[in-house]
Amino acid sequence: MIPELGHFALILAAMLAIAQSILPLWGAQRGDTRLMGSAAPLAVAGFIAITISFAALIWAYVTNDMTVVNVVANSHSAKPMLFKVTGVWGNHEGSLILWVAVLAGCSAAVAAFGAALPSALQARVQAVMGMILLGFLAFIIFTSNPFERIWPPPPDGQGLNPLLQDIGLAIHPPLLYVGYVGYAVTFAFAVAALIEGRVDAAWGRWVRPWSLAAWAFLTMGISIGSWWAYYELGWGGYWFWDPVENASLLPWLAGTALLHSAIVVEKREALKIWTVLLALMAFTLSLLGAFLVRSGVLNSVHSFASDPARGLFILGLLGIYVTGAFALFAWRAPSMAPAGVFAPISREGGIVLNNLLLCSITAVVLVGTLYPLFLDLLTGQMISVGPPFFNAATAPLALPLVMGMAVGPMLAWKRANLWPVLQRLWWVACMALLAFILTLTFAGWHVLSALGFACAFWLICGAAADIADRAGVGRTSLRNALNRARHLPRAAWGAAIAHAGMGVTILGVAGMGLAVEKLVAVPPGGSTQFAGYEWRLEGVRDFIGPNFTARKATITVLRDGRVVHVMEPSKRYFPTGRMTTTEASIRTSVAGDLYAVLGEERANEAGVNEAVLRLHNNPLAPWIWIGAGIMALGAAFSLSDRRIRIAAPARRRKDAEAEASA
Amino acid sequence: MSEVAKAGPKPSRRKLLVYAPLGVAAAAGLGFWAMLRGLQDGSFNPRGVPSALLGKPPPDFALPALESSGLPALASTDFRGMPGPVVVNFWASWCPPCIIEHPHLMALQRQGVPVWGVNYKDRARDAQAFLTRHGNPYARLGVDKPGRVAIDWGVYGVPETYILDRNGIIRWRFAGAITPELMAQDIQPLIRRLSAR
Repeated sequence: MIPELGHFALILAAMLAIAQSILPLWGAQRGDTRLMGSAAPLAVAGFIAITISFAALIWAYVTNDMTVVNVVANSHSAKPMLFKVTGVWGNHEGSLILWVAVLAGCSAAVAAFGAALPSALQARVQAVMGMILLGFLAFIIFTSNPFERIWPPPPDGQGLNPLLQDIGLAIHPPLLYVGYVGYAVTFAFAVAALIEGRVDAAWGRWVRPWSLAAWAFLTMGISIGSWWAYYELGWGGYWFWDPVENASLLPWLAGTALLHSAIVVEKREALKIWTVLLALMAFTLSLLGAFLVRSGVLNSVHSFASDPARGLFILGLLGIYVTGAFALFAWRAPSMAPAGVFAPISREGGIVLNNLLLCSITAVVLVGTLYPLFLDLLTGQMISVGPPFFNAATAPLALPLVMGMAVGPMLAWKRANLWPVLQRLWWVACMALLAFILTLTFAGWHVLSALGFACAFWLICGAAADIADRAGVGRTSLRNALNRARHLPRAAWGAAIAHAGMGVTILGVAGMGLAVEKLVAVPPGGSTQFAGYEWRLEGVRDFIGPNFTARKATITVLRDGRVVHVMEPSKRYFPTGRMTTTEASIRTSVAGDLYAVLGEERANEAGVNEAVLRLHNNPLAPWIWIGAGIMALGAAFSLSDRRIRIAAPARRRKDAEAEASA
Repeated sequence: MSEVAKAGPKPSRRKLLVYAPLGVAAAAGLGFWAMLRGLQDGSFNPRGVPSALLGKPPPDFALPALESSGLPALASTDFRGMPGPVVVNFWASWCPPCIIEHPHLMALQRQGVPVWGVNYKDRARDAQAFLTRHGNPYARLGVDKPGRVAIDWGVYGVPETYILDRNGIIRWRFAGAITPELMAQDIQPLIRRLSAR
């Protein structure tokens, strides 16, 4: 009964989405305020219907309803409750329900926070959101219905891939989806602006918080995914340039560019066409990711069960949204005249440079990801593009980007003078140089890591220099400066925090460049020296979990004869999926991670049982993800800026009225 | 691809440039459509068999051994006069799916099926560490550091697995990590069939 209710709610949501995509748009074209006013209630009603549907699916998982195919295929009664719930979005159908739930949530949020939006803009934005929602609801209803029944019910489910039974994977997809879907809002704003034929500062002020929020969630989502790969795959790496990882990075890169160029639209009414294009691209790349992951054209660990028929449906949706939006862009963009002019050396100029570099990196990653596919299609030749290409191609673009990140925020709008800015940054440059030299002196000849440390210090100190400069340190008394710093706009603090966060992430990446590992076979009771510690294997024992059996090693880590850590890496065997996973044991401190993995157990030549241990010392590794958290925090700070908190000023009332009656 | 849209200085050029995103998107869309059509009729398969090599012997090659492993090296001459079918696996230590499929290779080796490995674009130290840590399923192991042999075989990416019959003819290929279903439905039946013949 409950699954049917969920199915019904889904169809109801699709009906509401049809109304949402037609009525407000028609109202906006005719200037009918009643029709335009229908946008917000329709969005909220659709959100409620999808929430009911989502709750019904969760209910089916929680109660182990074995008459639902989706539950049978992806759950098991012995699974812990947390993973029963998170298993809902661990598969294709369920993840789509989460996707539309988030999309409807965004649409409802636009309705809730958008009371001050001009009604025609609100109506058009909601209509575009309705169209996107409709497409994906149709996709679920016609090709991927999660509420399908099976009779007679099998005795128990097939279980969820053990690699996915993990807390990181429980929160990674929802965060990522909020990010992807957040760009649907900026996309809708861009399309609405193209229909209206104008982009102004008020538009920029509305797009910025949405792109900021989407960016913050995407940043968190990507970093948690990378953190999961780090501790769950037990390989010690944090980024593999896997096509699916790239698919999440692409909208992030385009979104980062959008975030910056939207500021220029808001402050200076320049770069309008470009910003609209970036808003279209960020969501296009999100959709492209969905297509690549779900259609089966890619070959990756992350892919969902693939099905060309589904791929064709998504491609159809992609075709409608993307070609529709780009055709509208080609038609309307030339009529948008740029208002603000600026010199090459200016804040705007800095942001243009940022955009060019970010888009170049996006292009490189996009080409690297798609090139093997298209080459195969056109010539039948098969090649692989791996980490060596991506590292070599993106690093030279990332370096000037990082250099500019400290300089850009200190430049004045419109026309700036580079020399005084560089003078204020001299101590920052000294810190970076010092970091470079110290790394080479103490860590050996690791030029790339040294360069990484230099970049990290350049960014972190650069952010500090920016805040100090704004507060007037050195030009006024310290007390006065502190007071001024407290009253700086939150957006300025947000930018500085996010840039410093990037520096912290680079610090972690550079530290990981110095990581060392050791493979050693140790008999129980034996010990080995590594990274300045003595590692003693106390023993290996059996361990029984709720839905797995495991071998668990106990390793005592000693320094100067004193116990500093006890680590328990294990290997889990899941009988339901006949799969083994490694559970690395990680001890985190500010200085880095000690990371231990249990390998094979075997008897050596003398007949003594030994366990193979892989030990890593990963200096500064946690800072990679802490940095991402700081970046997201910076975005949150910026979002709490007074300018955004107190509703963005509506366009001049008479403009809105003129538009409504036009 | 589209950053030029902003740089266009002349109004006439600018007018053309605003069509660039549409053009690129349409071309990509057509390509994806062709791929999906190919997936359905079997002509495009990122994980599948390259039509050129199926039913043929592998290209000529001779790869060096991984010194530290003590395993014999691998060359195309080794495929002549084999007692039974052989599994050839392309892998690298930097590839997470290789870790996931590794237990299946170990299972094949325990069954007595010879598994021959090609270590692809890897450092010797890392490859050895991989084998020490996860166990060694390979009876022979060639090192393809430049990745040239993989290109000749038409390897799409690691991991990738081939099954050759006793006459050294390629009978099956799969790009991607071996799954339990693939073991049960494709690999085991094919090996039984090829061994029986």
